[in-house]
Parts: sequence; C-alpha cells; structure tokens
Amino acid sequence: MTAVVYTLAAIVGLIVGAVGVSGMLGVGLAWRCPALLPLGGLSLVLDPLAGFFLALVGFASVPASLDGLGRARSERRGRLAYLLFVAAMALVPLAANALTFLLAWELMSLASYVLVVQGGRARESIRAAWVYAVMTHAGLACLLAGMLLLGAWTGSFDVGAWRAAASALAPSARDLAWTLLALGFAVKAGVIPLHVWLPLAHPAAPSHVSALMSGVMIKLGVYGLVRVSLDWLGEGPAWWGAAILLAGAVSAVVGVLSAIVDRDLKRVLAFSSIENAGIILIGLGAGVLYQAAGLPALAVLGVTAALYHALNHAAFKTLLFLGAGAVVHATGTRDMDALGGLIKRMPWTAACFLTGAAAIAALPPLNGFVSEWLTLQALLQNLLIEQPAVNLVFALGIAALALTGGLTVACFVRAFGITFLAVPRQEAAARAHDPATPSRLAMTILALSCLALGVGATAVVPAIARVGSHLLGTPTALPLGDALTLKVSGEFASLSMPAVAAALALAGLGVLAGLAAAGGRGRVRLYETWSCGRMLQTPRMEYSATAFANPFKRVFDFFYRPVEHIDIAAHPGSRLFVQRIEYANPTRSLFDDWLYRPLLHTVHRGARVVQRLQSGSANLYLAYILLALLALLVFA
Amino acid sequence: MLRQLRAALRAGIVTEPVAAAGELETVGHRLHEEIHRRFGRSLHIRQVDAGSCNGCELEISGLTGPHYDLERFGLHFVASPRHADCLLVTGPVTINMAEPLRRTWEATPDPKFVIAVGDCGRDGGMFRGSYAVVGGVSSVVPVDAVIGGCPPSPATLLAGLLAAIGRRP
Amino acid sequence: MIADILIAVVQLALVGLGAPLLTGIVRTLKARLVGRRGPSPWQPYADLRKLLGKDRVVSTTTSWIFAVTPVVLAATMLASALIVPLVISRPVLGFAGNVIVLMYLFLIGTFFLALAGLDAGSAFGGMGGSREVAVAALAEPTIIVAVFALAMRAGTINLGGVVERLGANPQMALTPGHLLAFAAFFIVMIAETGRLPVDNPATHLELTMIHEAMVLEYSGPDLALVDWAASMKLFLFMALLANLFFPWGVPTEPGLAALARGGIVLAGKLLALATILAVIETQIAKLRLFRVPELLAGSFALALLSVTSRFLLR
Repeated sequence: MTAVVYTLAAIVGLIVGAVGVSGMLGVGLAWRCPALLPLGGLSLVLDPLAGFFLALVGFASVPASLDGLGRARSERRGRLAYLLFVAAMALVPLAANALTFLLAWELMSLASYVLVVQGGRARESIRAAWVYAVMTHAGLACLLAGMLLLGAWTGSFDVGAWRAAASALAPSARDLAWTLLALGFAVKAGVIPLHVWLPLAHPAAPSHVSALMSGVMIKLGVYGLVRVSLDWLGEGPAWWGAAILLAGAVSAVVGVLSAIVDRDLKRVLAFSSIENAGIILIGLGAGVLYQAAGLPALAVLGVTAALYHALNHAAFKTLLFLGAGAVVHATGTRDMDALGGLIKRMPWTAACFLTGAAAIAALPPLNGFVSEWLTLQALLQNLLIEQPAVNLVFALGIAALALTGGLTVACFVRAFGITFLAVPRQEAAARAHDPATPSRLAMTILALSCLALGVGATAVVPAIARVGSHLLGTPTALPLGDALTLKVSGEFASLSMPAVAAALALAGLGVLAGLAAAGGRGRVRLYETWSCGRMLQTPRMEYSATAFANPFKRVFDFFYRPVEHIDIAAHPGSRLFVQRIEYANPTRSLFDDWLYRPLLHTVHRGARVVQRLQSGSANLYLAYILLALLALLVFA
Repeated sequence: MLRQLRAALRAGIVTEPVAAAGELETVGHRLHEEIHRRFGRSLHIRQVDAGSCNGCELEISGLTGPHYDLERFGLHFVASPRHADCLLVTGPVTINMAEPLRRTWEATPDPKFVIAVGDCGRDGGMFRGSYAVVGGVSSVVPVDAVIGGCPPSPATLLAGLLAAIGRRP
Repeated sequence: MIADILIAVVQLALVGLGAPLLTGIVRTLKARLVGRRGPSPWQPYADLRKLLGKDRVVSTTTSWIFAVTPVVLAATMLASALIVPLVISRPVLGFAGNVIVLMYLFLIGTFFLALAGLDAGSAFGGMGGSREVAVAALAEPTIIVAVFALAMRAGTINLGGVVERLGANPQMALTPGHLLAFAAFFIVMIAETGRLPVDNPATHLELTMIHEAMVLEYSGPDLALVDWAASMKLFLFMALLANLFFPWGVPTEPGLAALARGGIVLAGKLLALATILAVIETQIAKLRLFRVPELLAGSFALALLSVTSRFLLR
C-alpha cells in the first residue's frame, strides 16, 4: 500500500512537471469552475511563471517519492498526507483567485503539519509542529487580510482583476496590501526574523518530507513574493525591492552563520535553506529595484537569477536531505559529533552528498555556482541606477552575498567532513550501510541533475529568462550569448561552464598522465595517521563539529553570544584529582531573546489581563451579551 | 619597520663558509651512490629528540641561523616525518621514547636514512646503562651514520650532513 | 586556432614551470634580507624532483578524497592558468570566466584540501581545515567588493576587458580608488596563499599552522603535487595583481614578438611584487590567529573605500 502511494506520488510528480514545462514554453491553460466554491469559485490558470514553479514542484517530488518508496517498509505513517502535500503544492502556482490560492495554501500547510507531527521523536516533533502551526497560520492571517483588502478595494477576488485595477489604487493602499501579503509569504519562505519554525520543523519531519519542505515549499513562499511584487499589484515603488533585497541579505548571512555552529545534521541543512532563500530574495529584490528604475533588461536578469537559484536549490537541497535521511536512517542519530567514517560504509551516499555539498558551496562547474554568479552579475551593474541610496542597498547585498558564499564553503566542508570522513566517533556510525535501491536512484538522479544544470546552463537560463520577460512584460527575450557561453549585458561578463568543466577534466587527466610518466617508485605503504608518535590514538582525538566551528564562534561572537558551561567532577578523595570534565559552549539565538520571548511574554500578560473577564458566572456572561446587543443597536 | 630593514641591509650576509669535513662515521653500507644521487641537492630532515638533554638540540638549532645556514645546501627541516628523507635523532633513547621513535621511523617514506647525533645517540653516552635508557639509537631503528660529540658543534653537524649526502661544501 | 593553442601552451608552461621559480625567488630574497645566504632560487625544482621519486605512506583512516585532492588542486590551478591574462589580454579561455570564476576555482582546491585534512582523522588536519576555510570565508567579501571596484572603472568584469580598458587609460591606475583596491587585494593574496603575517609557510609548530597542518599526511608524489599547486596559486595571484591593476605592457594581439614582450613585462612585475612580499614577510611578525579577521576586515574596509571613492571623486 505504501509502495503504491509513493509510486503514485512519483507519477503525479512527473505529470505535473511535464505540464509545468509546457506552461513555461507558452502553452496557456485556464480552468474555471464557479460552482465548486464560493467567492468566485475554483480558478486555475497556467502561465509561464506558474509553469516554472509547477515544473519545480513536479520534478522535485519524483526523487522524494522514490526515497519514500525506498523507506516504505519502515515508515508507514503519513502516506495520504504526503500525497495531499504534493497535490496542494502543485495547486498553489496554478491558483488564480484568492479563495483557490488560500485553500491550496492551507491544505499544503496542514498536510505538512501532519507530516511533521508524525516524525521520529515524539516530544521534539510535537513542539516543532506546534511552532510551525502557529507561525504558518500567522502568515495565513496576513495573507487573508491582504487578499480580503484587495478584494474589497478592487471589487473582485480574481487575480486578473487585481492586475487591471492595481494602477488605480492609492499608493498607500497598495503599499499596505503589499506589506501584508509579503509578510505572509515571507513566513513561508523562512525570511529572518520569521524563520523560527524552519529549524524546528524541517529536522523533525521524515527526510523525504524535509526534502520537499526545504526544496519546494519554501520556493512557493518565494513564488508568492514574485507574484505580489511584480504581477498582482502592477509596478511597485523602489522600496519594495529594497526591502526584499535587504531581507534577503540578512536572511542569507544569519542563515549560514546559524548553520555553521549547529551539531544536528538536518538542522544545518534547514538553516542553509534559510540562507539560500535569502540569496533568491537578493536576486528578486534586485529585479524589482531595476524594474522600478526603468531598466527592464536588468530586471529580467535579476528575476532570472532568482528563479534559477530557486531551481538549483531545489535540486541540491533535496539531494542533501535525502543523503542526510540515509545517514540518519542507517545510524539512528542526527548528531554530527557521533558520526564519522561513513564514506567507507556508505560510499554511494557519500558520493552523492559530496556532489550536493559542492553544488551548494557554489563550486564550478556545478549549478550552484552559475546561479550565484548570475545573481552577482545582476547586483554588480547597479551603477546604472544613479541614486546613492539604491547603490548603497546594492552594495550591502553584494557584501552579504560574498560573505555567505565563503561561509557556505566552510559550512559544508564541516557537514560533509565530520559526518563522512575519518573514523566513526561512536558505535552507531560504525554499523551504517547504504540505503535501498530506490533511495540510491533518487540521490543519483539529483546528483546528475546538479551537474547537468551547471554545465548545461546555457540551455536552461534562456528558458527561465523568457519566463522572466513574460512576467515583466518586456517585449523581447534577454540576449544571453550562444550555445556554450552565457553573456550578461553584452560585454559586461561572460561565463562558459562547459569550457571550464572541460579545462578541469583535461587538466586532471594531464596531471595523472604526468604523474605516471614521471614514474618514480610509486610504491604505497599503509600506516597509521601521524600523531607525533603518540601511543594512544582514539576517535576522540579527531576534530569534532563543535571544534570546527570554533573560529567562527569567536569571530562572530557578537551574534552568537556563546555561553560557557564547564562542569568539573573531582575525585571524592581529593579535589585535586579530576574525574570528569564536561564542557559545553552553546550559542544563544538573538531572535529568541530579543523578539519572540518578549512578544510571547506580552501576549501572556495580555491574556492574563483578559482572563479576568472569564469569571465563570453565567449571570456576568448574560450581562456581556446584553451590552454587546445594546452597542450593536446603537452603532449599526 | 624601516629601521629594522635598514639595519638588516647594512649587516649584510653573515653566512660563514663550511670548514673542511672530517671522516663521517658510517654504519653499514646504505649511504651510497643512490642516496647521494637522490638527496644531493635536496634533503628534508626531521629532527627527533629521543630523550636528549637538549644540548644537541641547541647546536642543531644553530644550523638554521644566518651563520651556519643549512638551507643554502638544499637541506631543510620539516615538521612531519611523512615529508622527511632523513631522521636526525638525538638522545640516548629513553624507554618512553623508544616506541614513538620507532613510529616516527615507520611513518617516514622510503628511501630514507637515519643519522644519530652525539655520543648519546651513538651508544647512550654518559647515560649508558641507566635504568631509563634503551641504549643508543641503533637499538630502536637502523642507523646509517653517527655524528659524534657531546654536543657536536654546528660546524661538525653541517659537515657531517653534507658528507652523508655526498656533497662537497 | 594555432595561435590559441600556442598561447595556451605558453601560459601553461609559464605557470606550471615558472611557479616554483617564483616561490624560490621569494625564499631567497627573504633569506638575504635576514643576513643568510639562503637556498638557490632553483631549489624548489630540486625538492619537487626528489619528492616525485619517493614512496607514499598513506594513513589507514583516509579515503579516496585524500588520494584525489592533490590531483584536484593541481588541475584547478592549471585550468586557471588558461583563464588569467598572463602574456596576452585574452587567453584561450578568457571568455569562459572572470575574476569570480577564478576565485571559486581556487575555492575548489580549498574545499578539497580541508576535506583531506579532516580525512586523516587527526586533530592537526581538522584544525588546519577549520582555520583555512575561516580565512577563505572572511576574505571573500573583500575579493568581490574589489572586483566591483574594478568593474566600476572598467565597465566589465571580464579579465581581458579590464586589462584592455585599463591598459588604454594608464593614468586610471594611479587614482586613489584603484590603489586602495590594489592594497585590499594584496592583503587578500597574503591570506589566501598562506604567507606571513597570516600564516608562516615554514613553521614547525602545529598550533601555528594553517595550510601546513592540512598537508602533514601527504608524502612523495602527492606532496609534490600539493606544493606545486600552492606555488602555482601564489604565481596566479601575483600575476592577477600585476596584470589586473597595472596592465601596462600586456599585449592584446597574439604574435611571437608580442608574447615575448608580455612575458618579459610580466617577469618584471612579478619580481617587483616578490620583493614587496619578501620585505613584508621579513619585517612584520605573524599575527595571532584571532587577529587575522581584524586584518581581513581592514582589507574589506579598504575595498569599500575604493568603491565609495568612485562616488566622491566623480
């Protein structure tokens, strides 16, 4: 039964993906059914942007479903919720009126809530699901408010009507609608500081679900931001773009900084999703700013970079989560300080995870590099906008993007190196083995697609650029070079991934050939690692995940504000002989301490005040009803 | 910084020419043409202190200074035995350092050779027969040459090293 | 076509065969500045040749990552040699990339070397890897902002384009903004290639090592590849500094005479930069590891100043 469900999900994914690609290529579809739902009914429209996100949903759910298939025997719960989740995610890009959108959105959130609650560890999953539910419904409330206001102001809940009436709205009204809708979408996209649910929910869910949540669901938040900033509300003012860019820059830096110090493998990946959502938003913000400044070609470039990074992130984050899932399943732990040596016990998973790690670290010739490069090119041309304030925003974006690029390399050296290399740190890791064939197939497909999306960028980017052009209404597609080279803005920058890949391969072969020719003795002797001749060499002497993050903890200590806990247990006979030392150096979350705790404190205090109204006396309640009735009669 | 630079330039090169070498005390026949051919222009040395009193270490560290400057002959001290061609062992080899010395020797890739330094390195020197001492480097690892002295001066050390790789000073 | 192949061969030979000489020259200069006779500038060649003839001793805890890393390092440096303008402004693969591609090609090497350090399973390797990626991460913003400063002035970030446009207006190279960007990039070069005051390439104390700690396990031909790749990285960084910021004398058209001229001019610039590096390395003490971020933040400030000076001096 489980196998049937997951196979069905995979097939649905393929069909959805195919429909999406056809939508990107210009096949437009519309389907209206007013009788099904009130307030305008069910309305689905396929345009290029919807097609792109549909393709993303479809193609990412295929490997995730395959992985679920591979795990079918051990995880039986959440099958229906999974199917519902994929279906709801496919509906969201197609929705063309408020109610359809909100229904699909809420269905997606509820399905994922159920999946999170059913994750492995009971207490952790319940808390994670609770925080997730609260945050996503707060976002839904903002979306609801925004859409209802728009409906009231324009007289219709249909997206087309909003588009037409947008220019007639007062600027303050448009700004208010945008703010509400953007906040709602930002919660789903995991933008700082609305991200608190992400590092709790993504690790708690089963890995194939986490893969979809990180790889796809976050992108639907981005989809909403794209729609609301460039489509439904017409052409917006520059501050929208600046807000998106700055929010993206902050998310990117905070995301990767939080990822570097975390010990939980899946939480590292969750924070890294926040970081990549930030990078996508940097590109999107640049696009919106250029559109507001009247530079349509650069606007298309910004949007293209954002969409391309969304696609690439879906590819490599899904891969990384599937790999992490295989590791967690094989060893039973997510703690990196208990893992190690898995490359010899799970070679297939290790190779795929390495590809994903190299892709997310933006190493050429993989796909992560091309999309980050494109985003940078969009940012570097900002001098064509001659406003110092805007230039400053762009400069901050550039600095943030550069910093996250470097920090991501560090983060994934740590994630891959500590988990897979050297010697197992605890028993559980020593007994690991590769997962079943469907999971391995899923990871291989994704690894190959990372390489293909990188080397074949010249095939993919123009298609995405056409989506961007259609969205922004620019007449012609962006000229982007020829079959092998991406050329940005004429002579500004050029990139040829196939040439770089070929150069690397040839150079590697040349080096190997040179080594063989130089000959020499070529004998290899195996011996222990050099440890200064020390007699005792245990896995405890390896570098740990906590230790690897130490330089970053010290450099960025104003952000982490670490606290040191040292607990020394002395020998009962004399305190000069130490039996055990426990050292912990946890970091404190800035957002928990400065934002959420005071907020929750205020809410609780307010609730306690209001609680006095609940006296339990029926007479008092009847008096309340009388007062309310009087008020309505007077003021109605 | 500029004052320092001016002083350095004014002082000039103070490296002294190498004194004429005496006979190198070799053990066995390993130090032969192959070693001379391979390491004549480039020798990486890993110095191992197998329980010495540090007198020999002080003299060896003089080799890296400007007056004796072993680098001008392509000799170079390295930190890891994996990078080394030659182990320069001092000390009588205390019992606690016997196993680490052996592991260091095992960690060095072939072709390699060992030079024992000082009277302690030859046979335990003044600590010979002590309860804490194994007795000379050759009792733990195969030794190819000995540079005697207590301690040998940097000039003697340098002459010995050059003779080991067959290099005329 | 023939010209392209010839240029590719010349650049590869220049980098592959000339890099050890540059490292040797820096070493000899450093020795002379402290009153030693020092090794000959040709010493690195003797070292490499000797290492190629040695056996390998490989640790039992390592995996294929350890074995593959030296090849990856050398390959990325050789591939970069085809992109950097050395003897001509637009080499064979000049269209394929720009400074950003170059920096990320170097990052491939850093990525794998840090992994190889962790692979050995010793504390030294992990420590070296952790420090190396920290320094690389903190140097990234400076590089990109310096590239931005260059792009502002040259209107392009293609290496060939920058060289040609700045070469056509030589006086642009002496503006304060340009010199600030050069200073920022110079500091980044010191950090990325592991020279003093960031990292001492000749230290024996593991607690002070950054780059060396990751290569403690390598022996024989692997060590030769790692050392060769490190000297190629220094060569490429210096060549970038020389030709990107002071592109006088870089020919734009292929031709034997032009290539020869380009080679001689490059050699002169590299010698000058090598002297500056040797002076800095012998006169400035090594920085404590946790002071290095301050140095890199200072270089970032310089790069930022270079960008803002463009606005102020418009």
